[in-house]
Amino acid sequence: MKRSDAIRRFAAFCSLTLFALLAAGCSDRMIVLNPKGPIAEQQRDLIYISAALCLIVLVPVLLLTFWIVWRYRDKAGNKAAYQPEWEHNAKLEAVWWGIPILIIAALAVITVKYTLELEPSKPLASAAGKEPLTIQVTSLDWKWLFYYPEQGIATVNYIRFPEDTPIRFELTSDAPMNSFWIPQLGGQIYTMSGMAMKLHLQADEPGVYYGSGANFSGEHFASMRFAAEAVPQEEFEGWVAEIRRTEPPLTEEGYEQLAKPGVADVQRFSSFPEGQFERTVTKYAASHQHHAHSGEIDTTEGGGGHVGQH
Amino acid sequence: MWDSIKQFASEFFVTGDPLIYGADAAIAVTLVSIVFVLTYFKKWKWLWREWLTTVDHKRIGIMYIIASLLMLFRGGVDALLMRTQLAMPEMQFLTPEHYNQIFTTHGVIMILFMAMPLMFGLFNIAVPLQIGARDVAFPFLNALSFWLFFWGAMLFNVSFVIGGSPDAGWLAYPPLSEMSHSPGVGQDFYIWGIQISGIGSLMTGINFIVTILKMRAPGMTLMKMPMFTWSVLSSCVTIIFAFPILTVTLALLFIDRFFGAHFFTLDGGGNPMMYINLIWMWGHPEVYIVVLPAFGIFSEVVATFAKKRLFGYKSMVFALMSISVFSFFTWAHHFFTMGSGANVNAFFAVTTMAIAIPTGVKVFNWLFTMFRGKITFKTPMLWTIGFIPCFVVGGMTGVLLSVAPADFQFHNSYFLIAHFHQVLIGGVAFGYFAGLYYWWPKVFGFKLNEKIGKWAFWLWNIGFYICFMPQYVLGLMGMTRRVVTYGWDTGWWELNLTSTIGGFLMGIGFLFQVWQIMHSLKFMERDTTGDPWNGRTLEWSIPSPAPAYNFATVPVVDARDPWWAEKQQRDAGRLAAPAAAYEPIHMPGNSGIPFIKSFCWFLAGFGLVFDWLWLAIPGLIGVGLCMLAHSFVYDNDYYIPADEVARTEAEARGAVG
Repeated sequence: MKRSDAIRRFAAFCSLTLFALLAAGCSDRMIVLNPKGPIAEQQRDLIYISAALCLIVLVPVLLLTFWIVWRYRDKAGNKAAYQPEWEHNAKLEAVWWGIPILIIAALAVITVKYTLELEPSKPLASAAGKEPLTIQVTSLDWKWLFYYPEQGIATVNYIRFPEDTPIRFELTSDAPMNSFWIPQLGGQIYTMSGMAMKLHLQADEPGVYYGSGANFSGEHFASMRFAAEAVPQEEFEGWVAEIRRTEPPLTEEGYEQLAKPGVADVQRFSSFPEGQFERTVTKYAASHQHHAHSGEIDTTEGGGGHVGQH
Repeated sequence: MWDSIKQFASEFFVTGDPLIYGADAAIAVTLVSIVFVLTYFKKWKWLWREWLTTVDHKRIGIMYIIASLLMLFRGGVDALLMRTQLAMPEMQFLTPEHYNQIFTTHGVIMILFMAMPLMFGLFNIAVPLQIGARDVAFPFLNALSFWLFFWGAMLFNVSFVIGGSPDAGWLAYPPLSEMSHSPGVGQDFYIWGIQISGIGSLMTGINFIVTILKMRAPGMTLMKMPMFTWSVLSSCVTIIFAFPILTVTLALLFIDRFFGAHFFTLDGGGNPMMYINLIWMWGHPEVYIVVLPAFGIFSEVVATFAKKRLFGYKSMVFALMSISVFSFFTWAHHFFTMGSGANVNAFFAVTTMAIAIPTGVKVFNWLFTMFRGKITFKTPMLWTIGFIPCFVVGGMTGVLLSVAPADFQFHNSYFLIAHFHQVLIGGVAFGYFAGLYYWWPKVFGFKLNEKIGKWAFWLWNIGFYICFMPQYVLGLMGMTRRVVTYGWDTGWWELNLTSTIGGFLMGIGFLFQVWQIMHSLKFMERDTTGDPWNGRTLEWSIPSPAPAYNFATVPVVDARDPWWAEKQQRDAGRLAAPAAAYEPIHMPGNSGIPFIKSFCWFLAGFGLVFDWLWLAIPGLIGVGLCMLAHSFVYDNDYYIPADEVARTEAEARGAVG
């Protein structure tokens, strides 16, 4: 058995080294652990806290495994005790029922606290006292459509917003459900037809952040990527003004065209049909609800405001 | 006329891909050669009498294992195709359409047509022998379960060459899986393949619960049962509560697709969320259904190869049963990010992490079974020792995922993929391999070659870590699951390439296992002891392979490790050889009905997939006729005369002595 143990240790050493090297090489690319906004930052902290709590059990168990397997191997001359009838020890068992219970209890308290704090539908308080910007997100087959209701513009597969400003995303889908994810700003939320989900994020510094659809939605799902760019306030305003000046409007027919299955490049529109987002949300509900008030979104419960469902 | 035939064929058969044509040719060659071999050696009658109509749990177990290993091959090829496509950025090896089909079939096959039948195979070969029974409680039902699984799996696999495979993910979330977005027949193959085999799974659950509760040898109280039997009981209890949910969910999806109903559609009052809740109410318990028996196997193996009693028996039983109950209260953690609200998320986060407690306790008990033992490293034990660190790490990442607000960052990423492969390969696959190596000599009468087995073990293990550790990092780098390809700008390719290399190492590990079986068939010596591992439980007290009736005289049990206790008493010279007072043994008779009825289900399913009522209706009528026919069968048992038992035992024991 000696040889296979040697191989085992060698393999463990190699994989640890490899893992450490890879981890070192990729650390700045591990965008989930490299947050640029308050939500992602707290989520990263939570990942570290929960990992540390788990390691309290994990490390001793791994060491114990290697030690026991080595110590009690059946080998001529091994002087380790052999007690074939020993099968119960109340104190020991109390220890390994007790410690995990305590750790999980601690983790549960932390989790519940963060769950309430980081509820995505909860508005973000801006330290700089800035008003939030609203961006309405629609996932289509297979592209992202963004409306800026306050600015009156629309974009496809690209968003730009001011830094240090809370962004209030309202999300829906006019296709199979997807999930809207900008890892460096915060966790994802699903886009679902007939609902307007809410997600509040903020970027603390300028930068281009990777965004993608996270939930499989059909053939060209892999193309559903977008850049999310945070810029200084003035630059954002200039960008909006330029789009209003130079880009074509998005018409209803244009929307119909865009909603058809297919992939798309980045596009910009100087305007979009008034209330288009609300119409997209309510059209699924309205087909069977006589008293669905179009445009009226119930935001009283949970993350997803249900529309016209009573 | 010719044109319309050509038109039909081009839609009926999957065309246009050289991989598929290769598979077509391979399937045709295999079928023709099977028919040829059976005819040439005049084996048709043998096949029908000895295998297709058998109700012997040992043979049904063998058929389950063969079928599941074939499915492991198919699912593994799917996996390697995916890993090849992902090895480099912007690969053109598979089209998005083809890739989507492959990850769908990989998931369905590995869980439902590989893990489940391999698990049922192990139930069948071990449980009746462990509890001192002569068969399961309902042998006919057992055969029916197997053939339903088999024809369900065939129906699902046929979609590879006929009609087209499903491509909406292994859980087929609507609206993607609805007529509006998946108008092809692939999704119908999915529904009917799973429905037909799912009925079989439910019946197996019932069958083994009754077997364990009613058929134990005298003296074997519940708290003297072997731990594997306990784990089977906990798994089957979970099955009978979870599988009806799956059946109903898929039936509703079928009604949506076939009759244009609106249970899960976007319009007409339907709600896809309802499907997602229902499917995970089955789906989450399902992963515990497959992992609990693996826990049982580890408990048997670790006690045998440490030559020591299992530590903390009562804790182990309590942990198994509490996991099976808790597994029903965690389903919503699969969609924390769908806006259930903070309170719901908090509840399901806490229930999910609570499961880590009994699971962790089991790990400590396995460790302390080895503590002060004498450990030998035969292949079943190697897989068990390989399992512990792998599963502990996988369990830890599971706890990380259960922290709801953090899950918003992990969900749908490769971090999740790495986690569930680590618990499903490191826990379930390693466990079933351990069980397969452990019980192999009992089933076939010879051990598997240890040396090749060790190569397979190391290839699988090293391959596993090389394949899946990078995927955790990829998840943290923002790589989402189910993407067909990615750009050079993402910086994901080094880790993806590493992962692909690991995947192929596991593939080579599988080939070593095939070689190991082939080599052992030819060269391994017959095990004449019936107890090659110095076992502890009743299955090792009878010859290998077990005679048709299992136990010539029903054993009387008064200890937790009855066979170990008996051996010790015999060594101390305290036990006289039992007097051979054999009695005629009552046995269940063979029946062709399970095979025929399941085949009728297959025809009905195929008809419903293509909306061919002319095939579906006769198929269903066939099912009904089989039920009717069986209800009039009264002569379905026979007795093995006492002198034949005596003769068989003398032969087997002669070999034993």
